[in-house]
Amino acid sequence: MTTQPTAATGQRPSRMTYYRLAIATVLSGLFNAFNANKTSWVGLAVFLIVALLAILAPVIAPYDPLQQNILFRLKPPSEAHWFGTDYYGRDTLSRILWGARISLTIGLLAIGSAMIIGTLIGMVAGYFGGRTDLLVMQVMDVLLAFPSLILGLIVVAMLGPSVANLVIAIALTAIPPFARIARAPTIAVKNREFIEAGHALGYSHMRLMFRHILPNIAPEVLVMGSLWLATAIRVEASLAFIGLGVNPPTATWGGMIREGFENILDSFWLALFPSLAILVVVFSLNLLGDGLRDAVDPRLKGEQ
Amino acid sequence: MTAFVLKRLGFAAITLFAVLTIVFFIVRVLPGDPALAILGDQASQSALEALRIRLGLDVPLYQQYFVFLGGVVVGDWGVSMVSGRPVIEEILKVLPATIELTVASLILGIVVGVPFGVWSAVRRNKLPDYLARIASLLGLSFPAFVSAVLLLLFFSIHLRWFPVISSGQGSGLADRLRDLALPAINLGLIMAAYITRVTRSAMLEVLNQDYVRTARAKGLAFAIIVWRHCLRNALIPVVTVVGLYLGILIGNSVLTEIVFNRPGLGKLIVGALNQRDYTMLQGMMVIYTLIVVLVNLITDLTYGLIDPRIKYS
Amino acid sequence: MTEPVLKVEGLTTSFRVDGALVPVVRNLDFTIDTGETVAIVGESGSGKSVTALSIMRLLQEGTSRIEGSVRLSGRDLLTLDEEAMRDVRGGEIGMIFQEPMTSLNPVLKIGFQIAEVLRRHRGMSQAQAETEVLRLFDLVRIPDAKRRIGEYPHSFSGGMRQRAMIAMALACQPKLLIADEPTTALDVTIQAQILQLVRELQSEIGMAVMFITHDMGVVAEISDRVVVMLRGDKVEEAPVDRLFAAPEHPYTKMLLGAVPRLGGLGDTRTPRRFPKLDDTGAGPEPDNEPDMRGAPLLEVRNLTTRFSVRGGLLNRPVGNVHAVEDVSLTLAAGETLALVGESGCGKSTTGRSILRLVQPAGGEILFEGKDLMAASHAELRLARQRLQMIFQDPYGSLNPRQAVGSAIAEPIRVHKLMADEAIPDRVNELLRLVGLKEEHALRFPHEFSGGQRQRICIARSLALEPKMIVADESVSALDASIKAQVVNLMLDLQRELGLAYLFISHDIAVVERVSHRIAVMLLGEIVEIGPRDAVLRNPQHPYTKKLIEAVPVPDPADKRQRGGLLTDELKSPVRALDWARPPSRMYPVGEGHMVREF
Repeated sequence: MTTQPTAATGQRPSRMTYYRLAIATVLSGLFNAFNANKTSWVGLAVFLIVALLAILAPVIAPYDPLQQNILFRLKPPSEAHWFGTDYYGRDTLSRILWGARISLTIGLLAIGSAMIIGTLIGMVAGYFGGRTDLLVMQVMDVLLAFPSLILGLIVVAMLGPSVANLVIAIALTAIPPFARIARAPTIAVKNREFIEAGHALGYSHMRLMFRHILPNIAPEVLVMGSLWLATAIRVEASLAFIGLGVNPPTATWGGMIREGFENILDSFWLALFPSLAILVVVFSLNLLGDGLRDAVDPRLKGEQ
Repeated sequence: MTAFVLKRLGFAAITLFAVLTIVFFIVRVLPGDPALAILGDQASQSALEALRIRLGLDVPLYQQYFVFLGGVVVGDWGVSMVSGRPVIEEILKVLPATIELTVASLILGIVVGVPFGVWSAVRRNKLPDYLARIASLLGLSFPAFVSAVLLLLFFSIHLRWFPVISSGQGSGLADRLRDLALPAINLGLIMAAYITRVTRSAMLEVLNQDYVRTARAKGLAFAIIVWRHCLRNALIPVVTVVGLYLGILIGNSVLTEIVFNRPGLGKLIVGALNQRDYTMLQGMMVIYTLIVVLVNLITDLTYGLIDPRIKYS
Repeated sequence: MTEPVLKVEGLTTSFRVDGALVPVVRNLDFTIDTGETVAIVGESGSGKSVTALSIMRLLQEGTSRIEGSVRLSGRDLLTLDEEAMRDVRGGEIGMIFQEPMTSLNPVLKIGFQIAEVLRRHRGMSQAQAETEVLRLFDLVRIPDAKRRIGEYPHSFSGGMRQRAMIAMALACQPKLLIADEPTTALDVTIQAQILQLVRELQSEIGMAVMFITHDMGVVAEISDRVVVMLRGDKVEEAPVDRLFAAPEHPYTKMLLGAVPRLGGLGDTRTPRRFPKLDDTGAGPEPDNEPDMRGAPLLEVRNLTTRFSVRGGLLNRPVGNVHAVEDVSLTLAAGETLALVGESGCGKSTTGRSILRLVQPAGGEILFEGKDLMAASHAELRLARQRLQMIFQDPYGSLNPRQAVGSAIAEPIRVHKLMADEAIPDRVNELLRLVGLKEEHALRFPHEFSGGQRQRICIARSLALEPKMIVADESVSALDASIKAQVVNLMLDLQRELGLAYLFISHDIAVVERVSHRIAVMLLGEIVEIGPRDAVLRNPQHPYTKKLIEAVPVPDPADKRQRGGLLTDELKSPVRALDWARPPSRMYPVGEGHMVREF
């Protein structure tokens, strides 16, 4: 199982020792979860490569993604343009690399904030229970039931398409699921005796929630985070496809497919390559999260 | 049981009210000035003023709220700013097409997803499980418009089996089915991917239960244990989750309708967006709300039918 | 001699752990004859349940391997194909399990689940099977059979579910019944009913019974022959009388030492340690008398706690659970008061109410002279330093992501009891005090056994230097040998630190060793309270009598026939909203011995 540092007798472990130990167990737990299902490593590797390509886009992209060239319109893949060119003669590969930056930025910001806000809501509702819980979760369920694409669509339509507004719209649709995700394990942990022992020992609610419950529910929330990041990237692309993405001429994957769709009969590559890009990223994240989920799912633990 | 149904109805009413309030907030409050959002920055002051009066934005917000709620209840959802016809009429015209598509893909999703999920769970960590898991992961990694485009390219353009534009208004049953086939397959397979996964994990949990051991100790055949003893228990979480996934299905139907150029709520809402048909958008939100609340109600009631414990709690 | 019903020879069962086969049952031999009951006794990890599952071939294939031979009337079960084995399961061997609450399928009607066996093995139609189920319900004494076969498991109590399980196991008149700890999850009075039912059915049907248990009292009640298992090996086998009269293996002796004596501890008023498995570290017997000078440490007057039951359309309260009703008790410094009763009697809620972990509806809780009911939040925090609690589940009562040293240091830090630099030394001191090592501070709870975890919990409570500890079923989940060690530790700590314990337990064997006084609870009320021996030897209230009568006695000669088969269930403490408690008072029957009117 996990390896723990062995201590010599007579040692006086300080507070910092315990913090380091606690962090080490969470990390080694995550490492074990990765090892339990090797496909998670594949997903992580692919996602990290995509992220790296996105970060390096300004350096490695062969062309300026906005540079139009009327002489090279709708060219099929070639040595000069691996993924061909679009209606304005822009290089598809460069636009895909730059588009990755938009997709990942929006996805990470939206899911990051939704995770923090949603987890807080779910944890507080689950911890205090009773009427607070009933009310908060009823509201969350209502939002959860509403089609996230429609909700995102109407919010962007009302606020206007910008990176910030897309982040807000997608985060709004992702808060309720995170509240649900955080609440269930919070209730499970809350009912375990160490929380009641904490009350008996005179610990405050804040200490019990943040020091004792949060570390126990964090793995589950983080794993679900990777699955919801996949969803967020898909929703962003869908909005762009409908025409509610970051305004052109900025390159977005969904927007590129939308433009490619107009020329689908003669220049199929315009839609194909950004589609594949979305598929690779979303699939890698799903692979990552799905493998980890089995490992952190407490319901499946008993069977080893 | 009656108390349970009444309680769920009460919840549905409260939910409806809550979502309508949220819709009002998003449509009227979030944009700051809806008139400005519709007409854009360059609009003249007088045009804005005229629009505000036309939309009833000149009265205080709380009055707008009550007018809005009242309108929803009596079926007065305003008049389309583009076509000039009542919003509710336009919506009801295309609603059957969307419902047809959604129901067809839901059925397809269940028929494909549940058996695959069971199979995958029963053969856990064997080849069928790996195949089903990879296939379902791939299925839910496809944005609906990407898979729709691929299906369209291959079956309609390359093989010419299905029409490129599915009118959804075909005269005979055969025509209708041909129009429906590709969009329904597109949505149904994505739905099947979700259902396979949730069925698998629910079955895995159920297979670990003590009563499965009891059933084995009775000498029952494995197939009977799986289909009679386990599946019904596993369906309880499946039904709940399918209810939630209907939201995803409805969202995906918008994308599918655009790609296949099929009439329905999806095309209506995108048209309204492009033409800034504000009253139509508002009406669309109301109809989606009604659908969502109705679906939730049906889910809850189904849940009560499957689980005998529910009536008493 | 005729062929025995079951003949197990050289049974070795191994589990695959990280690729290697680890044996959990080694080379086991035993037989069971028709009409005979053989008890398989052992603690967790002894391999007794695995033996049963191996005989039934219910272990997961691929992760386990079974070797040797298991002959049922001469036919080797281990070589049968799966189809033939399925005919054996439920047809020739019936089996009942430990957890009646989870062993029945919640979405199928009970009658259907029993009829299923009949249809499978006896080829009956659904209608025939239903008639037979009615007969079986009568056989296992489930009242009102006609109505109950159409009900779902959730409307059955634990005892009734276990009866239904027995009906299911006996439906095809099996040659062998395997009962895997069938009464462990049940209350002691219900356990007595089930044991008697099994005994009677055996004499009616004449089958062989393999009875798996960890409780020597149950063994004495039910078995003809006993097989004692320890970590996968059979360490002793003997007829029940000989085993109890002259146990040979030290492990058997230890198990026998853990059974209740019911007043047979000798003339002493102080607690007695459990005898040890080995002689190392045996401490002095406690001789401490409670400190009766001055006011008691804790005085509870008329404590009442209720929970509302909600229901109906608007989720209005429709009734109250009268968890604690008018409970009064006192506890002196250095004294142990045991609170006993069956599940749902309110003993745990009483403990939690005293610490105000749940909010009582009324009454007074005077601790060191201060009324905790009127205490402010800050005062309550202060009081909780001196009044601590330890819990039942040693796996649940420690945060799995917190190192042990950090868990023990945390209360000291939160209450700012000493400077940060001094804390590590204090943690080491506490670890030694409860018999753990200093290096354990850096380990995590999952690296410890149940008994060690309970020691950690005790150390964490002691960090606040309490005067009193509420111990809520604190040793109930532990194996007998571990239980003895933890109880002995608690007795040592009481002697050294002068602690007072409110010891909440359903386990009479433990209670009679740890306590100075005993209070018996029923439906939220204390029905009898008094010195230990007075209550155990001379019970006055009918419920106390029934409770003590139901405790299995470790004397095989005393297979008491308890006046017909009882099927009465524990009453529920749920009352209508307007229920008013009929007035009743406690009257003295001896020195410090009070009984409620009945």
